Order: sequence, then C-alpha cells, then structure tokens
Amino acid sequence: MKKKFKLQDLDCANCAAKMEDAIKKIDGVQDATVSFMTQKMTIEADDARFDDIMKEVVSVCKKVEPDCVILM
Amino acid sequence: MTDKQKKVLYRIIATALLYAVLLVMEHIVKPAFMEQWYVTLVLFLIPYFVIGWDIMYKAVRNISHGQVFDENFLMLIATIGAFVVGEYSEGVAVMLFYQVGELFQSYAVNRSRQSITQLMDICPEYANLEEDGKVSQVDPDDVEVGSIIVVKPGERVPLDGIVIEGESMVDTSSLTGESVPRRVAKDSEIISGCVNGSGLLRVKTTKEFDDSTVTRILELVENASSKKAKAENFITKFAKYYTPVVVIGALLLAVIPPIIFGGNFFDWLQRACIFLVISCPCALVISVPLSFFGGIGAASASGILVKGGNYLEVAADLDTIVFDKTGTLTKGEFEVNELLTADGVSEAELLEAAAYAENFSDHPIAASIKRAFAKEGNEIAAERISDVKEVAGHGIRILLDGAEVFAGNEKLLSDNSIAAVPTEKPGTVVYVAKSGSYMGCVIISDTIKPEARQAIKSLKQAGVKQTVMLTGDRKKAGEAVAKELGIDTVYTQLLPADKVAKVEELLAQHTDGKGKVAFVGDGINDAPVLSRADIGIAMGSMGSDAAIEAADIVLMDDDTTKIAKVVTIARKTLVIVRQNIVFALAVKAFILILGAFGLANMWEAVFADVGVSVIAILNAMRMLRVK
Repeated sequence: MKKKFKLQDLDCANCAAKMEDAIKKIDGVQDATVSFMTQKMTIEADDARFDDIMKEVVSVCKKVEPDCVILM
Repeated sequence: MTDKQKKVLYRIIATALLYAVLLVMEHIVKPAFMEQWYVTLVLFLIPYFVIGWDIMYKAVRNISHGQVFDENFLMLIATIGAFVVGEYSEGVAVMLFYQVGELFQSYAVNRSRQSITQLMDICPEYANLEEDGKVSQVDPDDVEVGSIIVVKPGERVPLDGIVIEGESMVDTSSLTGESVPRRVAKDSEIISGCVNGSGLLRVKTTKEFDDSTVTRILELVENASSKKAKAENFITKFAKYYTPVVVIGALLLAVIPPIIFGGNFFDWLQRACIFLVISCPCALVISVPLSFFGGIGAASASGILVKGGNYLEVAADLDTIVFDKTGTLTKGEFEVNELLTADGVSEAELLEAAAYAENFSDHPIAASIKRAFAKEGNEIAAERISDVKEVAGHGIRILLDGAEVFAGNEKLLSDNSIAAVPTEKPGTVVYVAKSGSYMGCVIISDTIKPEARQAIKSLKQAGVKQTVMLTGDRKKAGEAVAKELGIDTVYTQLLPADKVAKVEELLAQHTDGKGKVAFVGDGINDAPVLSRADIGIAMGSMGSDAAIEAADIVLMDDDTTKIAKVVTIARKTLVIVRQNIVFALAVKAFILILGAFGLANMWEAVFADVGVSVIAILNAMRMLRVK
C-alpha cells in the first residue's frame, strides 16, 4: 500500500534526507520518500502491518527532527 | 512570514539592540565594572541566550536522540569556542548572524515553494451541486457521475463534464499553458482545473473526482518530486560524508598543530570552530532539489508535466527525438487531398462514384471520401446502390444505378481487367472504375499539424541532432511527410511491434551514455515504446490514459513545439544545479583552507554556511523566469 502524508514544520532539507534514510530502514517499508519541497512524505509498506509501521515511522521521525509533525 | 519566523525576527531585533548597547559600553563608555572579565562575560551571555536558547535546546535534545553532527550542535560548539577563547562579542555576533541567515533562508525557501506550487495549483476547493433545484457547495469528492453542477464566473471547474446550459470563455492556462481562452457552449466538453470566464455554466459531470483530469494531473505533479535526479542523490550522499569529515578535520586542527608546532592553543581552537560552522551541509542539500523543483514548476506553467527531476536530467541530454507520425506530427484525420481523373471524367463524377462505393464502409479512408463528397453539398441516395460486395484487402464493388463500380487498389482493377493509371503521389490511393473503364483515383492523406514544422525546427535550434519519424504508412507517403517537416530519418511500413525494435536500435547507438533518445507519441499502441525510450513524451489531451501513465513527460495541449521548450528548461535547470553545486563547494572549500591557515574569521564561516544557501536559493528561483 502506498500512502501520502503531509508534513508540518519540516524546516531543513538535510533532515528530510535523514528522515527518508531512517524510514527506509524500517522493516516492512518497501519505499519511502520525504520531499522537502512539497512537505510531503510517501510511504510504501506492507498492507497488513501498515499501522504498526506508521507508528515506527512517527517515532523515527521524532528522533531525527522532533519539530516536524506528520499529519495523519 | 509565518508566526514562527516572526518570533525569530523579534528575537533578532532584541539581540541586535542589546548587542549594540554592549559594544558601545565596551569600546566607548568603558565603565569600571567591565574591566572584570567575568562581568563582561555575563553581560554578553545575556544576548547570547536570547538569540541562541533554541539552538542550545535543540542541540542537547538531538544529541540525546543520537544525532551527533547536527547543525545546532555544531553552531553551539563553535560559539562556545569563541567564548572560551575570550571573543565574547564574536560569539554573540556569530550566533546572531547565523540566525539571521537561517531566517532568511527559511523565508526564501517558503516563498519559492509557494510561487512554484502556485504554478501547479489547480485543485478546486468545492463544487456547486444542483439538487432538486437547489444549489449547495459540496466537496468535489462527493459529487457522483451524472450530477449537475453550476460553475459561476471566475470559479475553477471542479469536475470533468459536458456543458448543458450556458456559454463562456474558459481559461485553460493552468492546465495547458495556452493563454487564449477557449469558448464553450452547450454540449462542449469541459475539463476540470480550467477557470470559468464570464458566463454561468451548468455542467453534467462525466467523471468522478478521483478520475477527473485535475486529480490525475495533481497526482503526477505531486509524485514528481519523489523521483529524484542523480544530482540530488549525489548531493545527499555527499552531505552524509561531508559533515563528519569536516568535523573530524576540526578536531584534528584543534589538537595536532598545537602539539606539533606548539603555539597558541586558543588560536587553533578558533580555527577549528570555523571548520565546524562550515561543516553544515544545508546549502548543498537545499539548492539542488529546489532547482529541480523550479524546473518542474516552470515546465508545468507552460503546460508540460514532467514526472520527476530525473527526467529533466535526461531531457537536458537529448540528442535524438523519435516521433510517431499519426496523431503526433499529423492530426490523425484523413482527408481527400487530390482527385486525379482519367480523360473525359470530371472530378465530381469521380468523387461521386467513389463516395457511393464506400458508402457502407466505416474505414477512416471511406469516411474521408464521404466527407469530401458531402462538403460539395451532395447527399448519398442509398436507393441507387445495389449488390455491394467487399473484396477483402483490395476494395469494394457495387452496382450504382445498375452500372458496376470498383473502388480499391490497383490489383482490384487489374483483376477485373481494367487498366488503371498508377500514380506515384504520396498518400493512400483509391482507384475507381465504372462500367469497365478507368475513372481515375482519389488520393487521401493525413493532414500535418500546423505547428509540426516549427516543432522540428525549434528542436534543431535547441541542439537536438537527429529527428526520426516512425510510421506504418507506405514508404512514399511517409517520406513525403518527413520531407515536408524537415525530419532527418524516416522508417516506414512499420507494425506497432517494429516501433519498439526501431527505438531499441536507436538506443543501442547511444550506449556511450552521451545523448539520450526520446519517443513522442499520442499513446495509441505506443505505451511499450514510451516506456522503452530514455524519455517517453505523450500527448496529454489526445493520448490514451495508458500512454500518459507510461510517459515521463506529458504535453497537456498536444503542442509538439513544447518539446523544444522542455529541452530548454531541462538544460537551464541543469546549468543552475551545476552552478549551485560548484559555487557552494568552492566557497566552502575556499573558506576551509583560509580557516586552516588562520586567514578566515567566524563571519566568513557563517557566510559560507547560510550566505551560500541563500545565494543558491535565489539562483534556483531564476528557473521561474524561463520563458
């Protein structure tokens, strides 16, 4: 399943790249992009575990860039 | 400015005032209590905290999250370093200057993001749904197919549909880049995303919001920034190594030279701090995607959808462009071009015989003959026709008022022992005979799009080396079109599968990595070729959905002259990307070297960080001015 999320307060381009890297490493995530320009995040992950994966995504993003909020 | 930016601005102003007061006291007033170093330190720490508390907070927080080479942390260390070596005023100034730069940077990024997204902003917010004579505003998502919606003057058309009442001029510029408004009236099709002019329209919807033009375009545009160009990936990868390397360099600089050369430890510490400030990779990381984003924005402002920065990168290198003929260079509509009559036969007689013969056929060729006949003000009287017989692959035989009429290829006539006069003219030729004698032939050809010639010419001017045309037409017909358009190479009599093979052949000639091959098609049977070429360019309004899906670049208004424009935009984007990379790296390297030899100060270091970002951002914004 592919899903798109809006991001709020994503202020630094390097953080976006770091977030993307970190999300891609999560188990079950097939692909992820964090676009600094459109302030959007696209995640492609296993259907069955999507909610669990999203929880992990949120916590990973908090680690990298605590100011950035994922709008669900 | 956002609230967040405003708060930073106030803090900057407050700090600047405090700082100015302290400087005046330190250098001009010189009160007795400032002779104690700790008093001065405490006094300077006040503005330092005002401007830097969030940096300190973030630095500590991010370190606890395991983010060591964090921008905030680096700035904190660098400024603390300044305090340690006794340069109190410099510590405050650097932090202040850094915040000013950051603020300016975030403001510039926001502005540019807004102006680019504005170009792509075609999303309708609501629809005026008419139900039981009442009109209410609803989410376009909730409107079912077949509903009636009202589009008021100045509103954006929310869904694709057909006009059932009203007349207006609609502005399609945000979709197609075409600035001349289009007239719509009853029974016209209208696509979502256009802006209604002065008339009130009632529209019956034909598609749901999710399938409507506007949603499909938005989807493409939004995904565009997720397909990253090589330059973009390079720079993020580079940043990953750059920061740690420079930070380690800073550590070494602080420790090793003082041990080897002795000398002032504080002096080397200061040089190390300069390294730390320069080690922030943001200027690099921000400027490249912003340039590509600007390029995509500039393209969509002229009605060209580019599905990703990577395609702009390839488009800049195009040296061969392959066109599908029908529907791309030609209109895909057949028209009677010429009537060649035998002696003693008038053109009207020839056309009449041909039109009657083709009356029951649905083939596009037959339709074009019938159209030409009708255009002369004639009508077919079906009762004059009897005994229609189709000769598969050759043509048709009918009895017209009892006289035998043949219409078809040369072979049909010769099989019936009628001698046709073969013609070498390009196009599809229908030979006609009546009562055993040859009447002449009708030449039918596809009409060339009026802008096609210009499209090829401007591609040449843009530096594309080779233009190729692929067609299923006969050799003569294909070559004539190619010649008229000024196309270099033409391959004729191709089946759809042959087109893939030809494109692969051309791709094989370009395996050295230099020069890319694009294929331009309208989408009917083209999807495999579109995805096979380095870049597939599809016609947006005429092309099929499958083709738009398979293509990398979509021309919204089918205007082939836009291809040259994409190439120009792509090249310009790449120039700006390269300028930004080279500029940022050069300035950083230069100041690093100066810093290592003690020739640079903290100010220059901060400039190498945020100043360079801002310049790179401004440079990227030039993309929006590409005409």
